[in-house]
Amino acid sequence: MSDETSASQVPIVGYLQLGDDPHLRASECTDCGARYFDRRNACANCGGTGFSQVRVAGAGVLKAYSVVHNAAPGIPVPFVSAIVETEDGTSVRSNVVGLDDPMSAELGMRVQFTTYVCGTDDDGTECVAYGYASA
Amino acid sequence: MSGDSVWVLGASMTRFARYPELDAFDLASQACLDAFADGGVGIHDMDVLAAGSLFQPPGFGQRLQKQIGQTGIPVYNVTNACATGATAIRVAYMSIKAGEAQMGLAVGVEQMGKMGLLAGKSRSERKVFEPTGRYEAVTSIDGILGTETMPGVFAQAGTGYAYENEGVGFEQFAKVAYKNHLHSTLNPLAQYQKEFSLEQIMGSPVQSYPNTTLMCCPTGDGAAAVVLVSEERLRSLPAEAQQRAVKISASVLTSDPWVESGQVQPDVNTLTRSAAAQAYEAAGVGPEDLDLVELHDCFATAELIHYDNLGLCEPGGAGDFIDSGAPFRDGRLPVNVSGGLISKGHPIGATGVANVYEVATHLRGEAGDRQIEGARVGLAHVIGLGSACGIHILEKAA
Repeated sequence: MSDETSASQVPIVGYLQLGDDPHLRASECTDCGARYFDRRNACANCGGTGFSQVRVAGAGVLKAYSVVHNAAPGIPVPFVSAIVETEDGTSVRSNVVGLDDPMSAELGMRVQFTTYVCGTDDDGTECVAYGYASA
Repeated sequence: MSGDSVWVLGASMTRFARYPELDAFDLASQACLDAFADGGVGIHDMDVLAAGSLFQPPGFGQRLQKQIGQTGIPVYNVTNACATGATAIRVAYMSIKAGEAQMGLAVGVEQMGKMGLLAGKSRSERKVFEPTGRYEAVTSIDGILGTETMPGVFAQAGTGYAYENEGVGFEQFAKVAYKNHLHSTLNPLAQYQKEFSLEQIMGSPVQSYPNTTLMCCPTGDGAAAVVLVSEERLRSLPAEAQQRAVKISASVLTSDPWVESGQVQPDVNTLTRSAAAQAYEAAGVGPEDLDLVELHDCFATAELIHYDNLGLCEPGGAGDFIDSGAPFRDGRLPVNVSGGLISKGHPIGATGVANVYEVATHLRGEAGDRQIEGARVGLAHVIGLGSACGIHILEKAA
């Protein structure tokens, strides 16, 4: 997190919970336990319509990745895109952050959830993103 | 042989290339007229038209009729991601199976030009962060919360396989591209027909590691068409037409069932495995019976994992499969002897028809320099993200 807290901040996506203890929040199907990061009308696994909000674990393992060298205009490259499996078995997609050399990313590496400011809008509001750092 | 089989009577494809002087109707018309000529029939013999294109506007099929013949038949405009062409074939197939048509035309076309990277939205500087959509995102997330580019998504599919299985790395993925570029040198219909060394492939600019530029399919223009016919109608046609006809032993379309990781990484495996199982069951054949396979190598990482998904190799053995040389044209089970999407090209709507054209052409013994001798059974596979998987198994006339 930034050390200055004077600027107002918004999460990059609704399922990122900010505050003193940033984490990801998922909608969990009360029937089968399937987790979703977006708004759902019914569970894609079992059809249930009841959801509860649950906290997603911060620690995980890199189970797939790509080092992206070519992206749409305006996107800084290279970066490491990763599929992380958290300790509670939830798959999350984000960047691996903090590596000196993106090519040093490795399958099976242990990672930890982190947040950082990724942009500021014309009103001075900061956008906070999440990523995973080598643990 | 059941009496209600559906057969490929005529097939054609344009060379995949860049045709800035033509439009999608020119390309699709050429493919349709060539397929008619190949089958010895005409537009007035068609009872149904299925027209597939991802980027053409609605009503494409009816506008195509203005070029090849307005006969009042039902037209289905088909779009189903990279499985668009296979879905068009299946629409014509189902019409015949249902008894509503005796003969049908399926065409796939794309006019992409130099579209370049298929990616998420470019990140414009928004004035104010405001939540939008079901994720309540305040800005484009591509490049911040992972990648939305196709080379990257399929790279992750490949490295995910490497995480689960032994013997798969950068070199195995690169060998796939080496093979397909090599194969394309024999195919005059391929967009590119140039051999590259493994070193050149591994050393070409990285798009999304492990996919380098030479491990990614190009964008391009092209069309392909097939005329399908019922068995009953086929038996009324000249002997030569009956001998050249190719039987569709299986036509299967699946979508991706729910898996835990599916919301963050498209699962291209489960629906392909399901489609393959259904197709082998319907055709009464197994992977060991196949003489050639055309599968969806949009990226080298994709082809490798589909060896396993289609049961072409031992479970977990896709790395060994490519290392052994099995999928090369002189190997145990040739894969993508056309050059595949990587070198033949991938005008999206045309792809799923073109791979049926390729397999049918080998089964007819008419594939020229790239002919797989004695081919009797072949499989054509496409997958579109979202997801949709189409598989057709074809057999030579008995």
